[in-house]
Amino acid sequence: MNREKSFIKKLSTYLVFAGPATFAFITVIILPFLFGIYLTFTDWNGISSTHSFIGFKNYLSVFQDKTFFNSFLLTIKYVFFTVILTNIVAFLLAFILTSGVKGQNLFRSGFFTPNLIGGVLLGYIWQFIFSNVLVYIGNNFNLPIFSSSWLSNPDKAFWAMVIVGVWQYSGYMMIIYISGLMNVPKDIIEAASIDGAGGFRRLINVTLPMMVPSFTVCIFLSLQRTFMVYDVNLALTKGGPFKSTELISMTVYNKAFLSQDYGVGQAQAFFLFLIVATITLVQVYFSKKMEVEA
Amino acid sequence: MKNKKLILNIIKTLALSIVLILYIIPFVLVLINSFKTRVQIVSNPLKLPESYSLSNYLEAFTKMNYSHAFVNSLIITVFSVIFIVVFSSMTAHLLVRKKWVFNKIIFFVFVLSMIIPFQGIMIPLVSIYGSIGMLNSKWSLIYMYIGFGVSLAVFMYHGFIKSIPVELEEAAMIDGCGLMQTFWKIVFPLLMPTTMTIMILDVLWIWNDFLLPSLILIEPTQRTLPLSTYYFYGTYTVNYGLAMAGLIITILPVILFYLFTQKHIINGVLQGSIK
Repeated sequence: MNREKSFIKKLSTYLVFAGPATFAFITVIILPFLFGIYLTFTDWNGISSTHSFIGFKNYLSVFQDKTFFNSFLLTIKYVFFTVILTNIVAFLLAFILTSGVKGQNLFRSGFFTPNLIGGVLLGYIWQFIFSNVLVYIGNNFNLPIFSSSWLSNPDKAFWAMVIVGVWQYSGYMMIIYISGLMNVPKDIIEAASIDGAGGFRRLINVTLPMMVPSFTVCIFLSLQRTFMVYDVNLALTKGGPFKSTELISMTVYNKAFLSQDYGVGQAQAFFLFLIVATITLVQVYFSKKMEVEA
Repeated sequence: MKNKKLILNIIKTLALSIVLILYIIPFVLVLINSFKTRVQIVSNPLKLPESYSLSNYLEAFTKMNYSHAFVNSLIITVFSVIFIVVFSSMTAHLLVRKKWVFNKIIFFVFVLSMIIPFQGIMIPLVSIYGSIGMLNSKWSLIYMYIGFGVSLAVFMYHGFIKSIPVELEEAAMIDGCGLMQTFWKIVFPLLMPTTMTIMILDVLWIWNDFLLPSLILIEPTQRTLPLSTYYFYGTYTVNYGLAMAGLIITILPVILFYLFTQKHIINGVLQGSIK
């Protein structure tokens, strides 16, 4: 009797404080997630009222689908270059900015600006730059590399996406690197200089090892974001020319909402979730192992 | 020695300035061309406009249904963020202060769920909410933002509340405050830094989000700013001047907001990332 009463009391406290958040969370994330796993075993088209259970067929067609496979490889390539270049650029900017340059705030705010604006707009801005401004420059200043639009050539369109990605994310990562660099204890750096380490050696042997936590965060964030890019892709190239720049998010979207193939689309999405979860967890695990104490 | 340092500093500042110009120039080019006609843009997109006529802007403003889209975006962002802050802070407080087994499990589920990308559940989300007729309304969208936003917010509040000494709350309880009153009068004001961080991260996310509203809000009157820009730009791509003006009026409110709050925004982003 008493136990029951205290259970009811606990339950009502829980519902009053955590009820709304828990309810929204479960109905928006957990239920769709579970229903999504169920969907991957059916042949539902999103409209018909009936669907049948077809076992692992959808997963098989994910692995046999050439469009999906190509798009997946392209995404890996895009993620690889964008993550590396973003982090190099961001670190260099942060390093120079924290080395006693005046006007740090102005630079910091300026580099961060692209992060305030939605991906669709960023994509459109660069679409205009690549297919109008740069073509004009190429034709009038005799620069053959720009004389035709980058977005109409599959190879160059890929690099256009990488450039926009680096431009978009580097300001964000720079903020994290700046705070990491400011937190490297001054006395260790001084000790290293007294021991005769020059600027470059101090960077490699002292600063970089102390910065591992920042690298962990930045690589994690940039991996997560670049894997899932959709809006910039849509606005900049729409996947073209000839689907050559269709990143994985767009492929999944098209499969489900354009081809009306919910089962296969969700199987692709679920596969993607497993890959991204594995890669990011492995990355965090190994970076954590590399961290050193001051 | 001092001279060398000065020269080095000048070189660094110069290099940074060049990079900064490269970062900002896309916006400047869009701005310049938003005042021109299509012919002027095609003949030379680098030239400054001959006159600063606002006709492109007025046309873009009406054709985009700008005021409507702006109000939609504002309502969705403000309500989502308020609800996320209120619900998450209360949830986190309960999860920290009541050490029930169930609370530990649910907190673990909150944290674990953060690894699920939106694309992983967008298809079932649309089918579930489509089948119960909840698409096409801003209120459904707000509800979904709450669902997507609470896990990170609960996680961040959880970390902060743990560091608040429980004696403070006990004192208030002895003075006769209930759990609810203690939370709002004592705890919530202390959470201000975390609340700021969460608000900034969520405003940037929700205001700029495209994929979720594009799946939920199919009716033109419900569109948010990113959506109406998308449809507008798709329709008027060939009319560059008009399209550029459309981009500028969408970017402008964000930039204005940024000018006044940049320190908070950058700090918020930083706090949000290192947690």
